[in-house]
Amino acid sequence: MSISPSAHPGLYAAALKAAFAKLHPRALIGNAVIFVTAVTAGLTTVLALRDLAIGAPGWGVTLQLAFWLWVCVLFANFAEALAEGRGKARADSLRATKAETMVRLLAREDDPAPKPVPSSALRAGQLVRVEAGDLIPTDAEVIRGVASVDESAITGESAPVIRDSGGDRCSVTGGTRIVSDSLILRITAEPGKSFLDRMIALVEGAERQKTPNEIALNILLAGLTLIFLFVVVTLAPFARYSGIAIPVVTLAALFVTLIPTTIGGLLSAIGIAGMDRLVRANVIAKSGRAVEAAGDVDTLLLDKTGTITFGNRMADAFYPARGVSETQLVRAAWLASLSDATPEGKSIVDLARRLLPALTGETPDMGESVAFSAQTRLSGVDLPGRQLRKGAVDAVERFVGRSADPALRAKIDEIARSGGTPLLVAQDDVILGAIHLKDVIKPGVRERFAELRAMGIRTVMITGDNPLTAAAIAAEAGVDDFLAEATPEMKLDYIRREQAGGRLVAMCGDGSNDAPALAQADVGVAMNSGTPAAKEAANLIDLDSDPTKLIEVVLVGKQLLISRGALTTFSIANDVAKYFAILPAIFVAAFPGLGVLNVMGLASPQSALLSAVIFNALIIVALIPLALRGVKYQPSSAAALLRRNLSIYGLGGLIVPFIGIKAIDIAVTALGLV
Amino acid sequence: MHDLLGYLLFCAVLTAGGWALAGLMTRVYAAERTPLSPVFDPLERGFYRLAGIRADVSQGWKAYALAVLVFNLTGFVALYAILRLQGALPLNPDGIAGMPADLAFNTAISFVTNTNWQAYSGEAQLSYLAQMAGLTVQNFVSAATGMAVGIAVIRGFTGERGAGLGNFWADMTRSVLYVLMPLSVVVALVLAVQGVPQTLLGAVHATTVEGADQVIARGPAAAQIAIKQLGTNGGGFFGVNSAHPFENPTVLSNMVQCLSILLIPVAFCFVFGRMAQDRRQGWAIFAAMGVMFVLGLVVIWWGETGGTAVLGLGTNMEGKEQRFGAGLSALWAAATTAASNGSVNAMHDSFMPLSGLVEMVNMMIGEVVFGGVGAGLYGMLLYVVLAVFLAGLMVGRTPEYLGRKIEAREVTLAMLAFLSMPFGILAGGAISASVPAALASVQEAGPHGLSEILYAYSSAIGNNGSAFGGFGAATQWQTTTLGLLMLLGRYAIIVPMLSIAGSLGAKQRAAVTSGTFPTHGPLFVTLLILTVAILGALTFFPVLALGPIAEQTALAAGHSF
Repeated sequence: MSISPSAHPGLYAAALKAAFAKLHPRALIGNAVIFVTAVTAGLTTVLALRDLAIGAPGWGVTLQLAFWLWVCVLFANFAEALAEGRGKARADSLRATKAETMVRLLAREDDPAPKPVPSSALRAGQLVRVEAGDLIPTDAEVIRGVASVDESAITGESAPVIRDSGGDRCSVTGGTRIVSDSLILRITAEPGKSFLDRMIALVEGAERQKTPNEIALNILLAGLTLIFLFVVVTLAPFARYSGIAIPVVTLAALFVTLIPTTIGGLLSAIGIAGMDRLVRANVIAKSGRAVEAAGDVDTLLLDKTGTITFGNRMADAFYPARGVSETQLVRAAWLASLSDATPEGKSIVDLARRLLPALTGETPDMGESVAFSAQTRLSGVDLPGRQLRKGAVDAVERFVGRSADPALRAKIDEIARSGGTPLLVAQDDVILGAIHLKDVIKPGVRERFAELRAMGIRTVMITGDNPLTAAAIAAEAGVDDFLAEATPEMKLDYIRREQAGGRLVAMCGDGSNDAPALAQADVGVAMNSGTPAAKEAANLIDLDSDPTKLIEVVLVGKQLLISRGALTTFSIANDVAKYFAILPAIFVAAFPGLGVLNVMGLASPQSALLSAVIFNALIIVALIPLALRGVKYQPSSAAALLRRNLSIYGLGGLIVPFIGIKAIDIAVTALGLV
Repeated sequence: MHDLLGYLLFCAVLTAGGWALAGLMTRVYAAERTPLSPVFDPLERGFYRLAGIRADVSQGWKAYALAVLVFNLTGFVALYAILRLQGALPLNPDGIAGMPADLAFNTAISFVTNTNWQAYSGEAQLSYLAQMAGLTVQNFVSAATGMAVGIAVIRGFTGERGAGLGNFWADMTRSVLYVLMPLSVVVALVLAVQGVPQTLLGAVHATTVEGADQVIARGPAAAQIAIKQLGTNGGGFFGVNSAHPFENPTVLSNMVQCLSILLIPVAFCFVFGRMAQDRRQGWAIFAAMGVMFVLGLVVIWWGETGGTAVLGLGTNMEGKEQRFGAGLSALWAAATTAASNGSVNAMHDSFMPLSGLVEMVNMMIGEVVFGGVGAGLYGMLLYVVLAVFLAGLMVGRTPEYLGRKIEAREVTLAMLAFLSMPFGILAGGAISASVPAALASVQEAGPHGLSEILYAYSSAIGNNGSAFGGFGAATQWQTTTLGLLMLLGRYAIIVPMLSIAGSLGAKQRAAVTSGTFPTHGPLFVTLLILTVAILGALTFFPVLALGPIAEQTALAAGHSF
C-alpha cells in the first residue's frame, strides 16, 4: 500500500496548509535550527518594515531578504508536513478498519449468555466470542476454537490464515475479519494500545520520538548554529574596527545561510519517511531506536524454513536399484504418490511427469491408497495383485524384509550426507530404488547473502536439522554459519556469544520459546502470526509474517542513516560557497582588493546577498524528494559506500551552491530585483 | 629550490625520528622495560613511595581530570609565588625585582598551560631561580601534563572496555623521566656545543669599540631551550627567543631545535596507532596532519620568497636573521605555529600577510597540525569524532570510531570542547577590537592591527605563545584576558576530551567488518582534512578576510599598512 504524493495531489495542499500552521512557536521550538531561522526572519521583517516606513534606501532588497528567510522556514515546515501527510493518508485507511462494533463479552469460557458490549469498552484479559463474518475487535489470543481469518486489511495478503489456540498461531489482530467457524478470544490489548492503534500513531508521526542518532545530530547542529552566531555577532565589532558598518539585515542573511538549515529543515522529514518505508513494508517498529539499530546489525539469525529454503522438501532425483530400470522406478513412485496430498508427494508426481512426459496423459486405476501413519512411516497404494510403497529407508526395508543392495545403500548414504532425505520405493518384496528429497533453496538467496556479506553482515542459518544436513544446506545457500538441531537455549547462547564479540544481532521468531532470544537480540522481529509472548519480546513486528523481511528491515535502517548523513554533509559543505558569495559583498566597499574573493563574479553586493538567501531556501525544497525517498542505497562495502556518497554529497555540496548561486544571481539581476 | 630539498630532508628525518620514538614511548606508558629502566626504574619507584602514589591503579576519567587540575593548580600557585617573590629569593645575581601581580598571573598561567606566552622579557624581568625552578620546571611538567592527557585519551579510545584511563601521576612521572629528560639532555648538549650558554654567572659587562658600556645577558640557557622546544613550550630564555644569537647560534642548532619542536607531537600519532593495535590508524592521523603542515609550510615559504613580488621586492628579509634566511625562518614559522610551540627565530609580525594568515590558521584550528605534546593528538581526535559522526552515517551505520559508537554524549562533549576556540578568538578578539583599554595594545592601523589582535587571541587560546611583535601584551587588560583565555584553551578541551575518552572506553567495542566505516586510507585522511578546514578554519574566514586577506589583497594593489 504505497502512497506517493503524486498520486494524491491533495497531500500537497494539505502540507502547504500545515506548513503555515507549523509557524506556531510551540511547533518550531522542537527544531533548533529552524526556530533560530524563524526568529531571524522575524527580526529581518521588522527591520524591513522600518526601512519601508522611513523610505530608507535599499528597503526593497531588505524586504525580499525577509521574504526569502520566511520561505526558508516554510519550506522546512512543508517538508515535514509532506512526510507526515503521507503517513496520515495511510492512517486514515487503517482507521477505517477500526470501526466500532458490538461484541459478545463472556463472563467465563463456557458462558452460555454473552453480554453485548461496544468494542471500544474491551479491556485486556476479558473474554469474547467471535463468529464467522465478525470483525476481530482488538488484539487477542485464541483460547478455544479453530477458524480462518482474513488479515488483508492489515497485511494486504488476501488468502485467509488459520488461527487456533495453544500453538504459535494463536494470536489475532484487531481489524481483521473471521471468515469461518468461531473463536473464543482473550483480549490482550488495552483500549488504544492495539497494533492498529500503534500503527496509526506511528504512520501519523504523532508519537514520534527522536531516535538516539537523531538526538546526537540535533546537538551537533545546535552547536554549529551557536558557533555561527558567534561568527556573525562578533563580525560587527571586527568590521567596525575596520571602518565598515554592516547592516543588521546583512548579518542576519549571513547567519541564516551559514547555519545548517538544509539538514535542519529536512531532518524530521527523513525520519518520518524512514518509518513510512518500514510501515509500507508492513513492519511495525515499537521504537525508532530499533530501526536505527537495524542499520548497525552485524549478524542475522535466519530461520532455514521459509527464509532460506521453501517450506518443504521436494523430489530431486530417482536412483534405481540393481536390475531395475529407471522407468520402472519412476512409474512405481508416481503410482505410489498419486493419492499423496503432502507437498513431498506432489513433488514426486511432478518430477516423475517431467522425467516421463508420457505419464501426463495416463489416468491409471487409483487402487486403494494407503495413507502415511506415524507408526508405519510408509504410504502408497494397493493395486490389484501388487502393493506399492514409499517411505523412510528403514520402514521400507522392514516392509520388504530385506536391505537395499550395496550400491543403492551407498547412494542412500550419499543423499543423507548431502543434506537430503532418502526415500525408498518398493513393490511387494522388491526394493525398486531411492528418491532424493531435497530442501530447495529459494532462488536469489545466495546472491542476497553475498550482498549482505559485502555489507559486512554475517548470516547464520537456524535449523532443527541434524548437523550433517544443516552443513550441506548452509554450503549451498552460502550462509556464513549455521546452528543445527537448534533449541531456544542454543539460539540465546549464540546471540550472547555474538554480542560479547561486539556484534549486533538481529533475528526473527514466532514461538513463545523464541521470546527470550527475541528479547536478547538487538533487533528482534516477531511474526504477526506469532504468540503474544514473542510479539511482546520483539521490537519489530512483521505483519506479513515473512521471515525474509528481516533483510529488508536492515536495508531500511541503513538507508535512513545514509540519507541523514548525506544531507548533513551536503548542508555543511554548502557553507564554503556561501562565504565566497557574501563576504566580498560585505567588505568590498572598504577593501576593494577583497573583490578577488568574488570568484562567482556576482553582479552586485545586493544581488549576491539575495542570491545566497534564495539558494538557501530553494535547496530545501529541491531536496525534499530525496529526503522522502531516501538516498539510493546499493548494498556494498562501507569503503565503497563512503567513496560514493562522499563524492556525490560532499563534493556535490561544495560545487552545487557555486553554480546555483551564480544562476540565481543572473536571474535576480535580469529580473531587476535589485 | 634548495630550501624545498631541505624541507624534504627535514620531513624525512622528523618522520623517522617520531616513528622510532613512538616505539619507546608506547613501552614507557605500558610500564614495560626499556633501555632506560635500569637507571630510572628505582628513581621512579622511590618517587612513588615518597609521594604515596599507587602507580598501577587505573583512574576513571573524573579522577584523572581531577588529578590534572589539582596538579596544575598547585603548579600555578607555586610559580606565581616564585615570580612575585623572586627579588627576595636566591640565584638573583642581577638583582631583578618581583613581578607585578597581573604579569605574574599571566606568566604563571602561561607556563602551567604549556602556552609560554611571554608578556615580559626574560633577561630583564626574571631571576635565574625563576627561570630554573619556576619556568623550566613548568616547561617539563606542563609538557608532561599534555603528554599524560594525550596518553589517557588514547587509552580511552583504544583500550580494553572498562580498563580506565591509566594513572595520571604515573603517566606524568614517566613522561618526564623517560621521554623529556633524556631527550632534553641530548638536545641541550648539542646546543651547548653549538655555542648556547649554560652558566649561573651573571651578565657580562663589556666595553664596546666605541667605548660604550654594554651588558650582555647570559645564564643557564641551553637546558631551558632544549625543553622549551621538546615540550612545545616555546618560552625563550631571552626576550627575542630563538632569534637571539645565544639562544640559536647556528644553522645546525636551528635544525635541531626545529626537529625538537615537532618530534614528540609526531611520535604521538604513531603511539596512537601502536596502542590501537592498528598502525594504519596512526598513519592516517599523521598523514592528515602532515599534509596540512606541508601545505602551510609551502605557502609561508612562497609568501616570504616569491610573494613579495607584488611589492617589487625579492625575498622578504625584514625581521629575519641573516644566518637563517627566509627558508629556515619559514620552516620555523610553520613548525612553531603548527605545534603550539610559540618560539620564534624571526619576527612573525614582519612576515607577508599571507604567511601570517597560515600561522594564524594553524593556531585557530586548535593547534591540531601535530600540535602541542599530547595536546595536538587529543585535539585532532576531537575533529576525528566530528568527522566520523558526520560522514560515518553515510555508510549506513551509527557512527563508530575504532569500534566505539559516537553517540549523543560524545557529540555534546565534542561540541563543548569545540566551542572554546571560536568563543575565545571571536568573542575575545571582538571585545579587544572595541574596548579602548585593549586597543592601546595595537601598534599598527588597518588590517594589520586586526591581525595583531587575532594573532594574540589565537595564540593564547591555542596555547601557542608566539605573538606579532607590534602587539603590546603587557597591559593589565591583555595580561588578564589573555591569561583567562589560556586557561579556557587548555582545560575546556582537556576535561571534555577526557570525558569522551572515559565514555568511549566504557563502551563495548564493535567487531570490524566490511560494513565498518574505514578510518584509515586516503579517503579518510581527505575527509579529516576537509573537516578541519570547513568546521575549524572556515569559522574564522570572515575575520581573516578583514585581517590578513584584506592586507594581502591591498598589498597587491600597492597599498600597505
